[in-house]
Amino acid sequence: MMKTKSEGGFFKKMVRHQLFIPLLALLLLVLFNLIMDPSFFAVTIKENSLGNGVLTGNIISVLDNASELVILSIGMTLVTAASGGQDISVGAAMAIAGSVMLRMACGGQTTADILQSPLILCFLVCVLVSMCFGAFNGALVAYFKIQPMVATLILFTAGRSIAAWINKNELPIMNDLRFKYAGTFLPGVPIPTSIFITILVIVIFVLLLKFTTLGLFTQAVGINSGSSRLNGINPQFIKFLSYVILGVCVAFAGYIRVARSGSINYSRIAENIEMDAILAVALGGNALAGGKFNLTGSVIGAYVIQFLTTTLYKYHVPSTALPAYKAVVVILLVVLSSPYIREKMSKLKNPLVKKEKKEVS
Amino acid sequence: MPKGIKTDKNGRLKSRPQMNDTNLLLTITIAAFFLMYIGAIVFLGGSFTKPQNFMNILNNNASLIVLASGMSIVMITGGIDISVGQLTCLVCMCSAVFLEKYNGNIFEVVLISLGIGLAYGLVQGFLVAYLEIQPFIVSLAGLFFAKGMTTIVSKEPVRVTNEGFLAVKNARVNVPGLGSYNKLGNYVPAYVEPGVIIALVTVIILYCVLRWTKLGRNFYAVGGNSQSANMLGINVKRTKFIAHVLCSLMAGLGGLLYFLHVGSGDVANAAGDEMNAIASSIIGGTLLTGGVGNLIGTLFGVLGLNTIKRIVAALGFDQAWWTNITVAAMICIFLLIQSIVLARKNKK
Repeated sequence: MMKTKSEGGFFKKMVRHQLFIPLLALLLLVLFNLIMDPSFFAVTIKENSLGNGVLTGNIISVLDNASELVILSIGMTLVTAASGGQDISVGAAMAIAGSVMLRMACGGQTTADILQSPLILCFLVCVLVSMCFGAFNGALVAYFKIQPMVATLILFTAGRSIAAWINKNELPIMNDLRFKYAGTFLPGVPIPTSIFITILVIVIFVLLLKFTTLGLFTQAVGINSGSSRLNGINPQFIKFLSYVILGVCVAFAGYIRVARSGSINYSRIAENIEMDAILAVALGGNALAGGKFNLTGSVIGAYVIQFLTTTLYKYHVPSTALPAYKAVVVILLVVLSSPYIREKMSKLKNPLVKKEKKEVS
Repeated sequence: MPKGIKTDKNGRLKSRPQMNDTNLLLTITIAAFFLMYIGAIVFLGGSFTKPQNFMNILNNNASLIVLASGMSIVMITGGIDISVGQLTCLVCMCSAVFLEKYNGNIFEVVLISLGIGLAYGLVQGFLVAYLEIQPFIVSLAGLFFAKGMTTIVSKEPVRVTNEGFLAVKNARVNVPGLGSYNKLGNYVPAYVEPGVIIALVTVIILYCVLRWTKLGRNFYAVGGNSQSANMLGINVKRTKFIAHVLCSLMAGLGGLLYFLHVGSGDVANAAGDEMNAIASSIIGGTLLTGGVGNLIGTLFGVLGLNTIKRIVAALGFDQAWWTNITVAAMICIFLLIQSIVLARKNKK
């Protein structure tokens, strides 16, 4: 009897668990691909154009291409939790970060074959600029109390124009291989570098949340900023900080994106990535109204989105029609995770449990 | 003694006459628009002195006026709908394909446009109001869906050559009493397209609904505080549902007006109009938190936004990115004004 009771409880717990929906979605996608074509998961070593043996396969491409999204969704989770709103300017901010990075590396020339300044210096400037733009958003949200989506609408509108101004309306191209390492492969390493960068960022954030009070304070501010203030937390600073942290994430994502091709098309780069990042946060079961958050959920959410995209590409869905299919899947997922349906689902099992109880007793 | 002036025991004035926040924000928006326009006439002259220039702002933005009105209603109830821009695009494409490939007529196009809008509204409204999914995510999925469907309907731009449609598209309504003399000295009356009249009538109807009907007051009550609205016996879910249906219906109508203006279906139609609609609503004094807003403000928001775009173009900054930076600066200024107004209100 104890066993059945715990089973009922387990099911209820599982359905109610935050990671239930993202994990279920991931599982369904994996199962779908396994049934349709098991070779989807094949990973082979192929020689790339430089003669290095590198891993190729759908799984690798999912992990590789999801890097920017995962990094952004981590920052977005913090912003969502602290300020109860989303930053819709990350795509435009990535265009700025990428432009700064590329312009520093090219030293102001349109085409450069070797790095004009040290890579680490370029990246530091890129991080600094992104942090400044994050601070601009954060100041509007935290100190002027403007709703996050509206405050970031400013940078969303102006961002790509600022990127055009940085580039002087040119499309610079960087041919130095060292610049492209972050977006492609390090010599002799068969795994895409972006996967390492993603892991590095995830580890940094896990350590940050584990060894500092950032996570606790963020949740406290998100749940009730008034009472967190009474408890001695400065809610405005925490909100401001979350936007600056998102700025750092944007710098990483922007660098990876420009490093993939060594060039930038600032009016189209990372288009709609803000929507995907917010979607990743929502799919991860985080409340978009702020409060408690779960980074694991957001990371899984981001991988689900990329997995879905890659799966659809594999079945020759044209890239322009892709959003329609994505929308259907998204709607299904959010309907499943809606409070109403979850309530129904967790009740679904109850009558069965009662029946079993009677039989056993 | 005029209403609104308070005195203390000794009869001294306690404070100046009070203005309610909605009216203050509305006044700022309207004043800013007139200041900008009069400034442009005085300092730039040129085309700004001609009434037709103002009418062209209306002609080019009839669909945006309707979209922004719908957006304002949803924002007043505390929600948001970011699918309207792509929905406009989808409606244009469907109408164009229907007219060209299936030899439809203009009345059927009207039905199709409003039908697509209504269907969208019913689905989104149901998901938001009854399943309690966040409106941002629902309309985001709506945006993706419309974007994908548009290219599935047709990837190539479709130009309409249907005669009945072109007759309506090229119809002009002269505005009595306004006009200018061209270089030859002939009097050219200012005109608007029929779409403008439809848009303005729609705004006025919606304004009346918001102002004087029970439904309109419910929108404000739900947006202000949905819990207390619930306790007052307002059906919160149904009110939100109706707001989303109205918004998508307006997007359908906006799509029709856009189609009447450009006369072709294209994947790039109305790109970014959802953000223009949100920006117009914000400039017009609608708050994203809900409960505050006014459609007349939204109308002036649209006009102000496009006036500044024209001024930037007239100043000779031909590079497209200057427009965006100026628009962003304008949104920023209005947000700061709103933030100060709200901070003053909270201090009292």
